[in-house]
Amino acid sequence: MVTLTIDNKRVTVPEGTTIMEAARSAHIQIPHLCYLKGYNNIAACRVCCVEVENENAMVTACNSPVYENMVVHTNSPRARQTRRINVELILSQHDCKCATCVRSGNCQLQRIANDLNIINVPYPEQLPVGLRGAWTSTYPLFRDYQKCIKCMRCIQICDKMQSVHIWDIDGTGSRTTVDVSHNRVIKDSDCTLCGQCITHCPTAGLRERDDTDKVYDALANPDLIPIVQIAPAVRTAWCESFGLDPKAAPMGKMAAALRRMGFAHVYDTCFGADLTIMEEANEFLKRFTSGELKHFPMFTSCCPGWVRFLKGQFPELTGQLSTSKSPQQMFGAIAKTWLAQKLGVPAEKLFLVSIMPCLAKKAECDLPTMQTEERGKDVDVVLTTREFTRMLRADRIDPVHLDAEPLDNPMGVHTGAGTIFGATGGVMEAALRTAYWKLTGQDPDPAIFSAIRTGPALREAVYNMGGATVRCAVVSGLANARALIHDLKTGRAHYDFVEVMACPGGCSGGGGQPISIDDEERAGIRGSGLHQLDAQMKLRCSHRNPQIQALYEEYLGEPMSEKAEDLLHTDHFAWNVTECY
Amino acid sequence: MTRLSIETPTSAEVVLRGLYRDIERRISASSPGLCPIDMSLSFLRLCHAQTCGKCVPCRIGLGQLADLIETVMNRTATLETIDRIERTARVIADSADCAIGYEAAAMVLRGVRGFRDDYEEHILRGRCITGLTHPVPCVTVCPAHVDVPGYIALIREKRYDDAIRLIRKDNPFPGVCGYVCEHPCEIHCRRRMVDDAVNICGLKRFAIDHSKPMACPPNQESTGRTVAVIGGGPGGLTAAFYLAQMGHSVTVFEQRPQLGGMLRYGIPDYRLPPEVLNRDIDYVLTAGIDVHTGVSVGKDIDIREIQSEFDAVYIAIGAHSDKKLGIAGEDAKNVVSAVSMLRAIGENRIPDFTGKRICVIGGGNVSMDATRTAKRLGASSVICLYRRRIEDMTALPEEINAAMAEGCEIQPLQAPDHIEKDAEGKVAALWTRPQIIGKYGSDGRPRPKDADCEPVRIPCDYVIVAIGQAIVTKPFESIGITTCRGAIKAENSSAVPGLDNIFAGGDAVSGPATVIRAVAAGKVAAANIDAFFGFNHKISSSIEIPPAHFTSMPPCGRVNLKFHTTPDCVGDFTLAVDGMTPEEAHQESSRCLRCDHFGFGSFKGGRETEW
Repeated sequence: MVTLTIDNKRVTVPEGTTIMEAARSAHIQIPHLCYLKGYNNIAACRVCCVEVENENAMVTACNSPVYENMVVHTNSPRARQTRRINVELILSQHDCKCATCVRSGNCQLQRIANDLNIINVPYPEQLPVGLRGAWTSTYPLFRDYQKCIKCMRCIQICDKMQSVHIWDIDGTGSRTTVDVSHNRVIKDSDCTLCGQCITHCPTAGLRERDDTDKVYDALANPDLIPIVQIAPAVRTAWCESFGLDPKAAPMGKMAAALRRMGFAHVYDTCFGADLTIMEEANEFLKRFTSGELKHFPMFTSCCPGWVRFLKGQFPELTGQLSTSKSPQQMFGAIAKTWLAQKLGVPAEKLFLVSIMPCLAKKAECDLPTMQTEERGKDVDVVLTTREFTRMLRADRIDPVHLDAEPLDNPMGVHTGAGTIFGATGGVMEAALRTAYWKLTGQDPDPAIFSAIRTGPALREAVYNMGGATVRCAVVSGLANARALIHDLKTGRAHYDFVEVMACPGGCSGGGGQPISIDDEERAGIRGSGLHQLDAQMKLRCSHRNPQIQALYEEYLGEPMSEKAEDLLHTDHFAWNVTECY
Repeated sequence: MTRLSIETPTSAEVVLRGLYRDIERRISASSPGLCPIDMSLSFLRLCHAQTCGKCVPCRIGLGQLADLIETVMNRTATLETIDRIERTARVIADSADCAIGYEAAAMVLRGVRGFRDDYEEHILRGRCITGLTHPVPCVTVCPAHVDVPGYIALIREKRYDDAIRLIRKDNPFPGVCGYVCEHPCEIHCRRRMVDDAVNICGLKRFAIDHSKPMACPPNQESTGRTVAVIGGGPGGLTAAFYLAQMGHSVTVFEQRPQLGGMLRYGIPDYRLPPEVLNRDIDYVLTAGIDVHTGVSVGKDIDIREIQSEFDAVYIAIGAHSDKKLGIAGEDAKNVVSAVSMLRAIGENRIPDFTGKRICVIGGGNVSMDATRTAKRLGASSVICLYRRRIEDMTALPEEINAAMAEGCEIQPLQAPDHIEKDAEGKVAALWTRPQIIGKYGSDGRPRPKDADCEPVRIPCDYVIVAIGQAIVTKPFESIGITTCRGAIKAENSSAVPGLDNIFAGGDAVSGPATVIRAVAAGKVAAANIDAFFGFNHKISSSIEIPPAHFTSMPPCGRVNLKFHTTPDCVGDFTLAVDGMTPEEAHQESSRCLRCDHFGFGSFKGGRETEW
């Protein structure tokens, strides 16, 4: 242990602790911008500089370890001056038009400038000019060179968390910026669109392509019937932007809000998730019993970030992906066919919007394999949770004062199995619940699958079901996924069924979710909220969803029927990651 | 009113002079990989500030040029902008009244022509082709990429054994390099921005002098693959060492009785004591390498036999043959080549120069070795003759100074003309043609030419020729090895084109170079031979590097090693340079700015722990 003094307070911390974390343990918050615990402690912004007695220069709190009897001043005149001028310098190269910024109110730079009472930047504005400031407008991921403060967090997140290395330093000298690595343009890159760079950006240097206008246009078009589906992981996260507890913001309130906005019907992607399970569990059992999974497992395919990752990094394993479409796309295909029939409207009149915790879903719904000539795109527009909450704010809809309303039938009915899709391990568990039933004829007690719910990033379990031994693994975060694939390829690991989610913690931690201004990783909390919802539900297995049963009876026949194959399965080989935009 | 007054500089002038010196050092300490256009733009702004303001091309033109280049950097330019820049620069170069203007424009022209593709990349894609590839300048510049800040930090903590272990991850010859490395690492040392480069080489020597002999880590699991290394010099032994560590079975063929190559048979003992060399070689051999000394490929064994017997072959034969002057009288008795003289000494066949007058021809390090050795062998006079000026000599300045301090004479601007023989056919005198230094050649160096003077006769007993070394490639040509300018043709990967399992590197490929470049070539060959076998063995180090101190030492003089050179060195082959004292080593190691931790290092990682 090391004892030091911070702002006249004695603090004892383990050896190797940084000044930043030592101060935090004593409830002294040292302002910082580039620092991101576990990923980025490169001391670039110099905002966390503190004064340490007997040291010549200012010392960065984020990456300097404490030593015995160190005396630190976080608010000495020199520390104040350093912090202020460095923030002013950052502001001079930041587009400070906060009024038109998606991160206003949730921006770390804005907060720090406000906190420091900077009401006047003494340096002239220097923003990138010419084509240096240009980015594509069609790509789902948007980089704003004028807002980027070069904290390098996106580079580190993409390198360390996701191992995809999309971002890198570009150029040298005063024009050094962050751009797509190896002088590529983003459209030609193998970006997975996980969106983790966005959720870890302290400003609006990175954001999603804003598609709210497309939704407003649809809502204003009298020839269209706007309908909406809400992804599982959105329900325990959307309320954060309003400072509400998830319990105070149930699904019914979202339904009420969306209807007030003008949507004709509000549905639940959990229905699509239940449907996915019906197909995927059956697909798995078929591939498992045929011996097709002897060398490599079947991978889940609900996460489009993961699908892009696998296709981009390990194209030779593309065939191991489940051919089942994701819940969003299954929902879309059924909405534009069965639902349209039930509603008695032509498919092209339905305008389906998805509210997703995800950036890659924006690309998924644009894939050539997710649209047909006769019915057009199965999902018309994908909004992130953040875009959805921006629309709520625009309409001055206050969730506190909304009365919960039921979702629409038939595609608003779902089970607990569909709900947990939003948490890491949820797809696997939901599939196993149904596989168990298929193999044993009985519904399982979901508690037997608790081993794959929480724990380390890679969780393994072996289940014996009706004489069959199924080796499962669950992993989230793409660097972890890469390590798993490495183990599979070198024969160090063997599984039959593997669930992969691109974002750590699964969709709960998705790249389209609300951003914590305090860099809090909220995937775990949101995920356990989903498990609580599951526990409260009467129906906890997808095959028990009465509307799913009705869908098969009335329309599809049985899982993996010809019709199901046509509508609910896809060809992952039919498109290329780099040719989407 | 006084008619004249003594001019004293104003305080502004004094400060500015200091700044000029600072900026000179700073520019030389630039990190490799900077944008060439951005740098030349900055230089152009500097040039513009030097303008007196009289003439149009310089006063207006340089500023307009800078603005045009600025648009390239800002990506508001078009491809026509490059033509505009080129035309403008050409006119300024043609029409400026003085060097301030025309030299500045010439710099721009060199840039537009020299890195035009970079200009185009900036204009078309707003990107720069170059970029910082490694954050730590000394590590980047070191051909073997030794973890310099790592071992300096260990020396500061007095962990000398760990420092040596860390160096050996990338370079199995820390002892040799501590004594004779040309230390390119110091050129870009960021400490030069503060005061002067850290004495990296001196610190390495201190570490080796204060560390215990050790054995290498255990070799990785045996692969059953066999490699023949031809040449037991630093390059061959480096490859042999790492290949053995990777688990391959290595056999070294060395034509001389002992290992070490030029280190043993070329570098005199007063620069590199044999104990130091032996210690490094002993360490290398702990990896379990099969050594055949006294085996000459081409004489004792055929290369075709080796090629068929081993899975891969690394040719690292160095450059051990001499080059001829090509002047009349060169066939005289007592005309010797420096390499053969030094080799004889290495083999304990020591010539006696007592009372003899020696002329040495050449200006490189080998020439200095021959000069200083001749003095030690008792010569009554040693004159080193060089075609160009002393400042053009390629030998290290400290070697030249030491030679002079030891009483040898350096005669610059003397081109050998012919050698006069006496009746017995022995050397009687060396005739030279005095030179005048002239215009710059395409290599960027001023060229000498014959001066308008009479030839000079320098009476002497021996002429030692040190004008370069040649490579004996003949024995290798039977398997299809080809040469280019006398050196073996091989790729940067050390693969020999067209030959499947043959690799080559070091002096034999690059021409005579330095120890550290031979080591680097050996390292490259080891990695690529391993890959050629289909493996990806890693050489790694798990030594924990001490954390950086928060704030660096304020400006502080660099500790230079002390040469004890006197004309009384006859017969004295003991070390001519003293190492640092512990006090000096501690102070010098504290001067390291820890670029592995501060600056770009903290972002991109200051170290590779394996290769």
